[in-house]
This record gives sequence, structure tokens and C-alpha cells, in this order.
Amino acid sequence: MEDQNKLIHEVTQRDYRFGFVSDIETDTIVKGLNEEVIRIISAKKDEPEFMLEFRLKAYRRWLTMKMPEWAQLKIPQIDYQDIIFYAAPTQQAKYESLNEVDPELLRTFEKLGIPLEEQKMLSGVAVDAVIDSVSVKTTFKETLAERGIIFCSFSEAVKHHPDLIQKYLGMAVPYNDNYFAALNSAVFSDGSFVYIPKGTRCPMELSTYFRINAQNTGQFERTLIIADDDSYVSYLEGCTAPMRDENQLHAAVVEIIALDRAEVKYSTVQNWYPGDKNGLGGIFNFVTKRGICKGISSKILWNQVETGSAITWKYPSCVLMGDNSVAEFNSVALTNNFQQADTGTKMIHIGKNTKSTIVSKGISAGHSSNSYRGLVRVAPKAENARNYSQCDSLLLGDTCGAHTFPYIEVGNSSSIIEHEATTSKIGEDQIFYCNQRGISTEDAIGMIVNGYAREVINKLPMEFAVEAQKLLQISLEGSVG
Amino acid sequence: MLVIKDLYAKVEGKDILKGINLTVNAGEVHAIMGPNGSGKSTLANVLAGNTNFEVTHGTITFNGKNIFDMSPDVRAKEGLFLSFQYPVEIPGVSMVNFLKTAVNEHRKYRNEKELSAGDFLKLMREKKAMVQIDSQLTNRSVNEGFSGGEKKKNEIFQMAMLEPKLAILDETDSGLDIDALRIVSNGVNMLKSPYNATILVTHYQRLLDYIVPDFVHVLYEGRIVKSAGKELAFELEEKGYDWIKKEQE
Repeated sequence: MEDQNKLIHEVTQRDYRFGFVSDIETDTIVKGLNEEVIRIISAKKDEPEFMLEFRLKAYRRWLTMKMPEWAQLKIPQIDYQDIIFYAAPTQQAKYESLNEVDPELLRTFEKLGIPLEEQKMLSGVAVDAVIDSVSVKTTFKETLAERGIIFCSFSEAVKHHPDLIQKYLGMAVPYNDNYFAALNSAVFSDGSFVYIPKGTRCPMELSTYFRINAQNTGQFERTLIIADDDSYVSYLEGCTAPMRDENQLHAAVVEIIALDRAEVKYSTVQNWYPGDKNGLGGIFNFVTKRGICKGISSKILWNQVETGSAITWKYPSCVLMGDNSVAEFNSVALTNNFQQADTGTKMIHIGKNTKSTIVSKGISAGHSSNSYRGLVRVAPKAENARNYSQCDSLLLGDTCGAHTFPYIEVGNSSSIIEHEATTSKIGEDQIFYCNQRGISTEDAIGMIVNGYAREVINKLPMEFAVEAQKLLQISLEGSVG
Repeated sequence: MLVIKDLYAKVEGKDILKGINLTVNAGEVHAIMGPNGSGKSTLANVLAGNTNFEVTHGTITFNGKNIFDMSPDVRAKEGLFLSFQYPVEIPGVSMVNFLKTAVNEHRKYRNEKELSAGDFLKLMREKKAMVQIDSQLTNRSVNEGFSGGEKKKNEIFQMAMLEPKLAILDETDSGLDIDALRIVSNGVNMLKSPYNATILVTHYQRLLDYIVPDFVHVLYEGRIVKSAGKELAFELEEKGYDWIKKEQE
């Protein structure tokens, strides 16, 4: 057991592999937050009046709100006057070819293993790459446009499709939803916008790589996905961030609207800088993600593999409004060193015969704390609602913690709710068995953890699944010795 | 190949092995028999390097090298294989993936090229036929949901894949019906060669009807108290372990 712990300690002590800072000129505004700053952001982005109003309304509301304290997290005081709320890469021209793109930026992508051109050629993935807050390059737009699919940066959508923005912005996550959502609504810089027209199946996986880059710049991304009647889209979000000493705030909002019989699959592989092995630095990730199954028989799936961030506060949720709608939440959350994660989901059943499934796999190592927090609420009118929840926790070593906080509220007697939970330690006998077959302890742990998470990883699109497996292994390096 | 000298070992503070001496040469089959609690499984686990077992005295050399200088995975790659009494389940890890990693780790250790997926699958088909393992088993997670007999067959299959120099079979016969016992024994016999050796750890003589040992050792209270040829096994079967116990008193 001593040896085991020492081993776990060693493997988890390795440094973050994607830690580097790229040197791109950035156009930033002064630190701090007030109405003037919000007006500047809105003006810089050349926004219509309704957007400025939305921002100001959110800001005024935010001033009256308090930072949530119910999570199983220790969050240091955040000085909002010490944050730069807007940063845009200075080269804002549209590029015809990669040659015109800042080579430093291209190198950044290379280090991250995201060869932009190659990726779009080989995998047919349209990449809307976001470095800091403004979209620099959007690909495959034309192919998508032929089918009437809109996939662009949020700012472009505000310019070209203000009607859609005005109709759907804040529908899933209202400006006053919570502290961080209100902050995001006030200051969000950019993000992605997707609209899939009626009866259209999006022919490729849509993907955005977010990356926090300018020093001391809070990132406030906003994503809005609308799937019209009988449409389908699979959206991928993946991130890595450069190494930093200072904590960086990230408060994104993602909204999904699925209309009648539409299906949206949203997959995330998240690998933001988690801080060093002493718990210094790292990203604060306070995200509000919510989907509304607005139409009948609509379907929303959240799949996520989370290995990054110093602090994660994130509950991708679904409101099942339409009758017969379906929602799924599949998650692997890995914490190591001094990382803290309080993550889970909310499934709100409102329509009849609605069905939701929750599979949550937590993995804790080092001195980390990993909590699952989930709410299943069945409204009185949601007859015959079904929910199945499975929450598993896996512990590596004896200095980490795992917690499960399931909340279940059922308002009628025709619904069936099932909840299963397990906590296990990675078995010494499993490791020894692998050792005896010639597999080193480090590889054995990677293998066992991936096996444990396989149910969720299998739900990810192919190219993401491979990346996720590598990520789990890398994230545990140094944790076992 | 294997030389054990005056070996003492503890489990959870309790002395289990109290001075084992044993030499195993290439081409030999040794059976280690003895009543429950005599230390048979402890010996097998100490050889494989299970850290729950603490060696307090003695030496073991394997291929002329000090075995205590080697971690369990290095011992395995040096050619020491343990067929577990209770094979461990690893949910979500497919047998194919598990074995491919294991085989390639062995190859890397010997400075050989890793097998391609195609070559690996071919090797697996050959060995499956050899030990008559159900091909469905290799599509499942490691030992997960396997019956007792399937687990033991799977151990022998892994042994066939890894081709060890020294195979230690810890109670491989326990929980096997007569058909499974025959299949497992056939597998072991087919893998036997003048270049490798086998240690059978068993409670019953039954297994030795199928795998004929060159030497039989009786382990009692942490020491080998009797060594002889295969006829010793029959004598034990006839007289029971009480005979040994009485002799010791």
C-alpha cells in the first residue's frame, strides 16, 4: 500500500505537456469592469442596440448577485477589477489562405496537434478556431451554407442573423440565471453560433477549438446552437491552454435549442491548464451549459471528458419540455494534484414520456477533490417520465476525495427514477495482474482508468475518443509509481 | 533456471515461509503440494513479486539474476509467468488490447519489433486453437463475467501467448470440471519444452494425472518437508496429508 501510494504520487507529479505561451499581438482594453467597459465591448463589436441592452441588463443584475457558495469547492477571491474583459487578436482581416495567417498562431495550433488544413481535409471536420475572443478562421462554411447551415462566430451571427440571435439568445440560459451566466451575458466576447435548418442533417462534425491566450484575460465565450425541426448536428468542443502562474477566469455559456424531433449531440474534451503539482495557477472554469428539448421527440446529448482546470464548476443540463423528448449526460471527470471539480447535470422533466440518462464517471488522484452533483426533477405534469442515473467514482491513492450529491424531486406517481452509485479504489490486485503480464504500473493504471471510462468514451465521436484516451493517460502520468 | 535458498516470507506480519530451498532446471515439471495454509500460494506470489508478501530472508535467482532486483513487470518480461488462482477482472479493458500490450511489452524488452495488429491477431488465432479457448472470450473485457473454468483457460491462453521460461500454475485445477481440466492440462503439456519449466501448485493429485511431474515436493508449515518423484503424489492421495503431519510431529 505504501509503495502503491508512492507510485500514484510519482505518476501524478509530471508536468503539464501543453504548457506554452504563444506570442501574438493582442488588442486589449484596460482592466476592470463597469458599464463603460461593457459599452466599449459592444461598440468594438459594432453590435445592434438590443445586444447592448442585453449586456447592460445582465451587468446590472450581476451587481446584485453573489458568488455561489454551495459547491464542494474552495474558490479564492476573484478581483473582477483586475481582469481584462476584452482581447482580440490584432489581425482581424479574413484570410484567403493559411499563408496570410500569423505564423505564430499556426505554430500554436501545431503544438496543440491541430493542423488546421490537414484536419479539415482528412477528417471532414469544419473547424472554427477561436484564439482569445475573436474567431480567426472559419472553414467549410461554404459547404455548410449550401445546405442552409449557419456555422460562424457569434459576432458574425449578431451581424448577419440578428433575428435568430434576438429570438433565441438567453432562451436556455437567461441573463439572470446565475452569477457566472450573468457575468458572461454582460461581457461575453465571442463564441460560436450554429443553426441547422428544418429537415437537415449536418454532414460533418462541427468543431471549435477554444484556447485562452492573452495574459490575464478572462474568457467569456458564448455558444448558441439551434436545431430546427427534424434536424441533426454533432458539435465538438475541445481545449488546451498555455501554462500560467496566475489564475484565469473562464465563464462560458452554451445554449442548445432542439425543436421538434431535432437531435443535438454536444461533445467536449476539456484539458485546460490545471495548475502545477502544488496547486499553483490553473484555469477557473465556471461554465453554464444548458439545452432545451423544446420540441416533441427532440433529443440532446451531452458527452464530456474533463481533465483540466484548477477549479471546475459545470453542470451541462437539459430541460425536457417537449413530450417524448430524450436527454443524455455522459461524463468522465478526472482530477489530479490539487484540482477541484464540482460537476454533474440537471435533468428537468416537464413534457410527458420524457426520458433521461445520466452516466457520470469520476476519477480522483493526488490531493484532488471530485464531486458529482446532479438534480433530477420531474414536474407534476411530466407523466411517465423515466430517469436512470449511474454515478461511479474511482479513487487513486488515499489523499484524494470523491463526493456524490444526487438530488431527486419527483412530482407525480407514474414516473420511474433509478439511481446507482459506486465508489471503488483502483485495485492493487488489478495492477499486479497487469504487472505480471509485463505491463508497467503506469501503463496499467492508464489502461484500467480507460477501461473504467470506456462506456462514456465510446459515446464520443471517433477522433475525439482517441484524443480522450490519450488525455486520460497523460493526465495521470506521475500519479502512480 | 530458478534457485531458491533459505527463503522466509511474511504476510500481514505473520511468518508463512520458513526456509524454502528449491532448484528448478529447464525442461522440468515440479509439483508443489501441501495442505491448506502451508504456504503454497505465498511461494507463488513471492516469486511473481506481489508486494503484499514480504520477504524477510533468503535469496532467489532467476536466469542467474537476483529476482529481488526486478519489479514484477520485469520478472514477467524475464519470462516468469504466474497463472493466478483467482484471475482478476479488469472491466472495460478488452482481452485483445490487454494481451497486445503485454505481448509488445515483452517484445520491447527483448529488443524485438512490436507486432502489427494483423500479426498479433494471427498469433492470437493460432494460440486460441492450441489451447481450445472459445474465441468469444477474447472479445470481452479481461476476465469480466468469465466463469471459473473460463478464467483458468484464459490464464493458460495468456501463457501460450507470452511463452514464458518458467510458468507457475497456482491451483489452476481448482474449480475446473473434468473437461476443462483436460483442456487446461493439454494446453500446459503442449507448451512444455526442454527450454522451459513448470511449477504446479496444487492441493490435489488429480491434476498430476494429466500433467506428469518430474518432482513432487510437499510443503508443510512453510517448509518443504518431502521431495521425491511422481510416485509421492500417489502416496499422498492414498494416505492424506495427515500422514505428513504425523511424521512432522
